[in-house]
Amino acid sequence: MHLAYPAVLSALLFCTGLYGVLARRNAILVLMSVELMLNAVNLNLVAFDVWLSKAARDTLHSGQALTLFTIAIAAAEIGIGLSIVLAVYRNRGTSAIDRLRDSAEGHESDGPEDDAPTTDQTGKAEASA
Amino acid sequence: MTTTTLAVLVPLLPFLGAVAGLLLGRTAPGFVRPLAVLPTLASFVLAVLVAVRQGGDQAVDAHTELTPTGSVPIELALHIDGFAALVAVLVGVVASCVQIYSAGYLRDDPRYPSYAALVSLFTSAMLLVVYSGDLIVLLVGWEIMGICSYFLVGHYWETPEARAASIKAFLVTKLGDVPFLIGLFALATDTGSFRITKVLGAVASGGLDHPTLIALLLLAGVAGKSAQFPLHTWLPDAMAGPTPVSALIHAATMVAAGVYFVARLLPVFEASSAAMVVLAVMAAVTMLGSGLAALAQDDIKRVLAYSTIGQLGYMTGALAVGDRGAAVFHLLSHGAFKALLFLAAGVIIHAAGTNSLAAMSRMSNLRDRVPDAFWTMTVALLALAAIPPFSGFFSKESVLGAAEHVATGHTEHAPGAAGWITLVAGLVTTALTAAYALRLWLLAFRGQGTEAPDHGRQPLTMTVVLWVLAVPSLALGGFAYRSLPDWFDGRDLAPTLTTSILGTGVALVGGIVTYAAWRHSTALAARVPLGAVAAHPEGDAGLVEAEAIATHAPAYGDVASAPDPADPGRLLLGPLHRHAAVGFHLDALYAALFVRPVLAGASLVRFLDREVVETYVRGAGALPRLLGAAVRRAQTGNVQTYVSALLAGTVVLAVAAVLVATGA
Amino acid sequence: MSLAAAATVTAAPATNLAADTHGFLSPTGVEITFLLVGLVTFGAALVTVTTRQLVHAALWLVVTLGGLAVEYLLLTAEFIAWVQVLIYVGSVVVLLLFGLMLTRAPIGRSPDADSGNRWAALTVAVASAAALVWVVVDAFRATWIDLDGPAAGSTAVTGASLFQNWVLPFEALSVLLLAALVGAIVLSRKAKAESSSPPVNSRAGSGSSPSVPNSRNHPSGRKEPVAGTDPVAGTDPAEQEGAR
Repeated sequence: MHLAYPAVLSALLFCTGLYGVLARRNAILVLMSVELMLNAVNLNLVAFDVWLSKAARDTLHSGQALTLFTIAIAAAEIGIGLSIVLAVYRNRGTSAIDRLRDSAEGHESDGPEDDAPTTDQTGKAEASA
Repeated sequence: MTTTTLAVLVPLLPFLGAVAGLLLGRTAPGFVRPLAVLPTLASFVLAVLVAVRQGGDQAVDAHTELTPTGSVPIELALHIDGFAALVAVLVGVVASCVQIYSAGYLRDDPRYPSYAALVSLFTSAMLLVVYSGDLIVLLVGWEIMGICSYFLVGHYWETPEARAASIKAFLVTKLGDVPFLIGLFALATDTGSFRITKVLGAVASGGLDHPTLIALLLLAGVAGKSAQFPLHTWLPDAMAGPTPVSALIHAATMVAAGVYFVARLLPVFEASSAAMVVLAVMAAVTMLGSGLAALAQDDIKRVLAYSTIGQLGYMTGALAVGDRGAAVFHLLSHGAFKALLFLAAGVIIHAAGTNSLAAMSRMSNLRDRVPDAFWTMTVALLALAAIPPFSGFFSKESVLGAAEHVATGHTEHAPGAAGWITLVAGLVTTALTAAYALRLWLLAFRGQGTEAPDHGRQPLTMTVVLWVLAVPSLALGGFAYRSLPDWFDGRDLAPTLTTSILGTGVALVGGIVTYAAWRHSTALAARVPLGAVAAHPEGDAGLVEAEAIATHAPAYGDVASAPDPADPGRLLLGPLHRHAAVGFHLDALYAALFVRPVLAGASLVRFLDREVVETYVRGAGALPRLLGAAVRRAQTGNVQTYVSALLAGTVVLAVAAVLVATGA
Repeated sequence: MSLAAAATVTAAPATNLAADTHGFLSPTGVEITFLLVGLVTFGAALVTVTTRQLVHAALWLVVTLGGLAVEYLLLTAEFIAWVQVLIYVGSVVVLLLFGLMLTRAPIGRSPDADSGNRWAALTVAVASAAALVWVVVDAFRATWIDLDGPAAGSTAVTGASLFQNWVLPFEALSVLLLAALVGAIVLSRKAKAESSSPPVNSRAGSGSSPSVPNSRNHPSGRKEPVAGTDPVAGTDPAEQEGAR
């Protein structure tokens, strides 16, 4: 098989994930896009590992080992990432990334005014649910 | 103790007293008075001892070099000849008297500790100038005197007059000191040393390359320090300081420093006849102008200040004719009687509550209030007017005699022109001196009108020193003119018959004319009420004086003169009075020539700085601020935007790297 | 779709050029299969990042990840393929669905699924895709993977290499997972006492000036939902650990 097939597919998947990371509003969707990027890398690693091990240049199977590590780390990342998103959601009542602008210059003017009511309202909503 | 050790102690003791006074002034007020008086007295005694040991013989020379200081060595050197020994004694006497007097005069002044310390420091500096055998060490003392004078003139710094006067005194003397310093360097370059003995030796062997230039540069400093025309204008204004300060600085010592300096380095000046003529012209203009101005002043201290300028003119005149013995003789006697005049004037101001002669002339019985001041001041005024047998007569006659000596053809030391200038100006000034002395006496003590206010008895410290100083004023000249030549150059100081008769006659004429004018105008005094009196019966003399100075301009329209038609000076001077009262508009001239251009330049610079330079600075600040505002807009807080920009940059960089790597 | 078009346009000439011994124009069966599955995978990925329905995005992610597992199989990396199915499809996507539910993601089309950054994102993504595809094709158009012979990624081979050469990193990884587990629990745990709640709401409290009743409502209003979400978030990493 030509190495170009998996390599190009991996590049396309990676860029799709990149688009998702940059364009999605919901933090969980961003996490999904991150998973896409990680998988693209995994595909690359596996393809090159197969190629290199067949060409007898590498007998350590480092590509596959690294893929396993990446999967494990991705799992850990998704766990931590989700709990962070949940914590943010609990505190701020939203998981929309572009509304978390505390680091903006002079955000005090708009931030608190719409934050406090949102928190309050979601709090009530969840309490009722 | 050797003479050298004694001589070192003389300036050192007041210096230590000043340091101790400054340190202990706040913590131990009880020690301030002893610390002020005792070191000065001790140094006076030591100065007398030094003078006795030196005895007018061979000069005492000692020197030590602390450290190598470049091409021309600077050494701590003593050079005590007859001039130095006697002038040091004079400084000691006057400084001791002033310290004792000040203890009473400023007894309630909160700033007395610093005042006394500064007077001590000043005394020390003056003694340093007198004894120093090295020109740079002399300059150190010279400049310390300048700064002390600044502080002491500004003692009543609450009044604008005192502030302005102190700054003026400082700036004008500094204006002279700059060429003075350059002159010293030029002198040392020519002669290869700062030591006075070596300089004089080099001059004697004809080693001076630019005598006129050096002499004129040095003269500028002397004119500043000794208040000679055209740098004399600070001295009348300096009367805004306390009276004892005027007595010490502006009569006996500091202003004498310039004369003393020229006397020390007279051979340098004699090397240039042009400088001697300039000196003579300077002296003549100073004498005549100050005599006329003194006749028009209303402030008693300003009369004395102009008189000081005139007497200093006599000394420079004596130097211009190459007779430093006469100059220093007049310096000694003048130091005594002028200090007395100032101290007595302080007592009178305290008693009368005003410093205005116009106001005093409307008080009767002032002399009964202050009999000590009356009698001693009479003696001092007679000495000032050069009436025999008071000491001023002998010293002034020695000056006139020296001038006549040169004018009649003995021109080995000085050009004949200098002799004639000094002689004529000196004789005319004798008449003027007698006139303003008599005017002062008449207006102060022969007033008619309301009773003088009673401020109680003057403190003993203030009256005793008057009598102490009255003794040399009365008798110094008569007893000393025979023995002084042994201390000086050996030239005869005895009055000659011609000048004695001429001088005394002219003085008598001046006095008689003034008396006649006074008789004529005194009737007017009763009709024109005038006068403002400081009402502080319990205040010390310093307070009264400060108030009198501060109220003079508001009460009479000017610090110097009063619109008093009963003033005999007004009658005598006629249309000249208006100009003489303001010192012949010299201040206005300086203001137009120097002050206004400088102020205009300053405002121009200010304009350039505020409007032009600052525009650039603001512009330089505005650009980064604009950039900052632009960059700030990029900081939206949206993480996705950041990451987008980051990745876009990464892509660009990666593509660039690939292109470069593949050589495309 | 434009992305895919761009990719094919870029890839097509490259494939034409790189016909050596194994021409792109005469693909093997494996290659055809790989290409088809790859198209499905890529299409699913595109739908994942563009769909407006959040839950559908998660489901399309399943398709993408499953397609990738098939690709692994085609590359003879069977162990990786099963691990992929197990962990990604089995736990990660489930976890993401949980997350969507816990953050009360709307069911159905949500008009604001994309942020205002999408055009910049599209530009960056297309540019980087072009650059990457260009570089990759340029570099590897003639490289051939020989898939015959013994499988390169069978469980035996992978296990041998993992426990011979990669033992230490493997064990270190377990520490990482433990740390992630603890971290996830700590982060999603509910505030234990009243005293520890101020740091949680300190941002809202400090940034604004809320009226007094509001600030009093915060803790009490927040208590209840936190209690509900907590066990789930806390147990999730544990589950995932167990799944591994």
